[in-house]
Amino acid sequence: MSVRVAGVGDPLVRAAEGSRLRRGIGRVARRDRFALVAALVLLAAVLVALLAPWLPLLDPDTVDTPNRLRPPLTPGHRLGTDEFGRDLLARLVWGARVSLLAGVATAAAAMVIGVMLGILGGFYTGWVETVVMRLTDILMAFPYILLAIAIVAGLGPGLRNAMIAIAIVGFPIYTRLVRGVVLSLREREFVEAARALGATDPLILGRHILPHLLSPVIVAFSLDVGAKILATAGLSFLGLGTQPPTADWGSMLATGRQFVVLSPHVVLLPGLAIFVIVLALNLVGDALRDLLDPRTHPR
Amino acid sequence: MRRYVVRRLLLLVPVLLGVSVIIFMVLHLAPGDPAEIMLGSQATQADLERLRAELGLTEPLYVQYVHWLGLVARGDLGRSIWMKRPVLAEVLGRFKATLVLTGAALVLSTVGGLALGIVSAIRPNSPLDRLSAMASLFGASMPVFWLGIVLMVIFALWLGWLPASGMFAPYGGGTVMDLLAHLALPAFTLAAASITIIARLTRSTMLETLGQDYIRTARAKGVVERAVVLRHGLKNALIPIVTVVGVQAGYLLGGAVLTETVFAWPGVGTLMVQGILARDFPLVQGCVLVVALSFVVINLIVDLLYAWLDPRIRYE
Repeated sequence: MSVRVAGVGDPLVRAAEGSRLRRGIGRVARRDRFALVAALVLLAAVLVALLAPWLPLLDPDTVDTPNRLRPPLTPGHRLGTDEFGRDLLARLVWGARVSLLAGVATAAAAMVIGVMLGILGGFYTGWVETVVMRLTDILMAFPYILLAIAIVAGLGPGLRNAMIAIAIVGFPIYTRLVRGVVLSLREREFVEAARALGATDPLILGRHILPHLLSPVIVAFSLDVGAKILATAGLSFLGLGTQPPTADWGSMLATGRQFVVLSPHVVLLPGLAIFVIVLALNLVGDALRDLLDPRTHPR
Repeated sequence: MRRYVVRRLLLLVPVLLGVSVIIFMVLHLAPGDPAEIMLGSQATQADLERLRAELGLTEPLYVQYVHWLGLVARGDLGRSIWMKRPVLAEVLGRFKATLVLTGAALVLSTVGGLALGIVSAIRPNSPLDRLSAMASLFGASMPVFWLGIVLMVIFALWLGWLPASGMFAPYGGGTVMDLLAHLALPAFTLAAASITIIARLTRSTMLETLGQDYIRTARAKGVVERAVVLRHGLKNALIPIVTVVGVQAGYLLGGAVLTETVFAWPGVGTLMVQGILARDFPLVQGCVLVVALSFVVINLIVDLLYAWLDPRIRYE
C-alpha cells in the first residue's frame, strides 16, 4: 500500500499554485513595465546570440587595417570598426554568445554545486554539516573576485579556466541560502509525517524538500547570472579570461582602452552591452523575487 | 564581551588554515611541473633544478605545505621570480597604495551613502529618492572597469580637470593635493556601487526607525527635527549599517584590483595581475595572502564592533 502525504507536488496544491502564479505574473506585468521590457530585451539578446551564424553579419575576425577605428554609422559598418578594422557589430554579437554563455554556465554550475552541498549541510548534521559549512566559510573568507583571480592564476589564463574559477567562487552563496531553507524545512510537520510513514531520505529530499527550494533558488539564479557576466567580463578585462582573437565583451573593452580618446565607441559599445544585459537580468530577477517570494507581495 | 572575543578569535584558526591551504594550492592547480610552467619552455635543465630546489618541489605535497606555512609564519613569502626581490617587501610596499585607495573609497561610500540614505528616508518617493533607487540598480549592473574608463575619458581626457592615471605626478608630484587629485577618479569609481548599497540600506532602516513610537515622543516633546533624525533616528539605525559598511570594506578591497588596473594605480591589484601574466607564483601567492588576511581582519573588526554595538549578539 502506498501512503501519500499532501505535499507540494500534489495536483490540487499544484493547481492552486498554478493559478496563483498566473495571477502573480499578471500583477507583476501590470505593475512592473520595466521588467517586461527587460525580459523582451533579454529574449532579443539571446535570440541574436543564438542565431549569429545565420545573421547577415561580417566575419568578426576579418582584419581590415585600412578601415580601422571607423566611427558608428560608417557605410558597411553600422557600429564602426575596432583597432584592426574588424566590424564591431559582428564582434558584439559573437561576443554576446561568449558572455551570455559564460554567465549562464558559471551561474548554473555554481548553483548545482551550491544546492547539493546546501542540502547535504542542512539535512545531515554531524561531520557532513561541519565539512560543508567550514568549506563555505573558508571560500567566503576571500574577497570574491580575488579568489577567482587566484584560481585562474593557478590554472592559467583562458575562458574555460576563468569560468571554472568563477563557478567555484560562486557556489557558497547557494550553499548558505539552501542550507538555511533546508534547516527550517527539516523540522516541519510534513517532513516529520513523511518520516513517520517510513519515507526514505532520498524520497523526503526529492518530494518534500526540493520543491520548496525551487523559488528561492530560481530568484537567486536569475540575479546571479548578471553578477557572473560581470565577473567573467572583469577577468577578461584583466587579460585572464577570453584570449584573442576570440572576443567577449570584457576583452573587447580591454583592447579598446588604448584607443578610447580618438574612438570612444570601441570602449563605450561593449561596456554598454554588458550594462544593458546585466541591468535587464537584475530587473527580471527583482520581478521574479516579487512574484515568487510571498513576503514581498504588496498587501 | 571578553568571552565573545575569545570565541571569535578561536573561530579564525580553521578559516586561516583553510585560506593558507587554498593559497598554497594555487601553485599546484595546473597539471604539470610548476617549475616548468614558471620558467617556460626556454628554461635550461639547471634553471629548472634550481627553482625546484628553491621551492622545495621535490618533496611530497604535505611536506611542502608545512614547510611553506612555517616560512610564511616567519614572514618569508619567498622571492619573486620576475622581479628577483623578496615578495613580502614588494607586496607590502604596494599594499599601502591599495589601502589608500580602499580607505578613500570606504570614506566616500560611507559618507555619501549615509547622506543619500538619510535624505531619501526623510522624503520618501521624492525625486531624489527615486534617483537614488535608480542609481542603486545602475550601480549593481555597471561593470566597474567600464565606469572607470568613462569617468577617465570625461574628466581627465576631455575636460582635463583631473589626472588620468597613477598615484602621483611624475614631475613635481608628491604633495597631498597631488595625491587627492589622482585619488578622486579611482576612489569614486570603486565607491560608486557601495554608495548606492549603503544608501538603500540606510534609507530602509531609517524609515523603519523613524516610524517608531519614541520618535513620535521626541517630536511631541518638541525636539528639533535635525536632532530627531540624527540623534534618535540614525543612532538606532546604525547597527545594520555598520555591518553593511564592513561587508563593503571587504568588497572594496577585492574590487580594487579592477579599479587599479584601469587607473594604473600602483597597488597590490596591478602587481598581482602582472604576476599572473608573468607566471610568478610566489608573487601572486604573496599578493593573495596579504589581501585575504586583511579581509579576514576587517571581518573580525566588523563582528567585534557589531557585538559591542548590540549586546544581544554577545549572549547568543
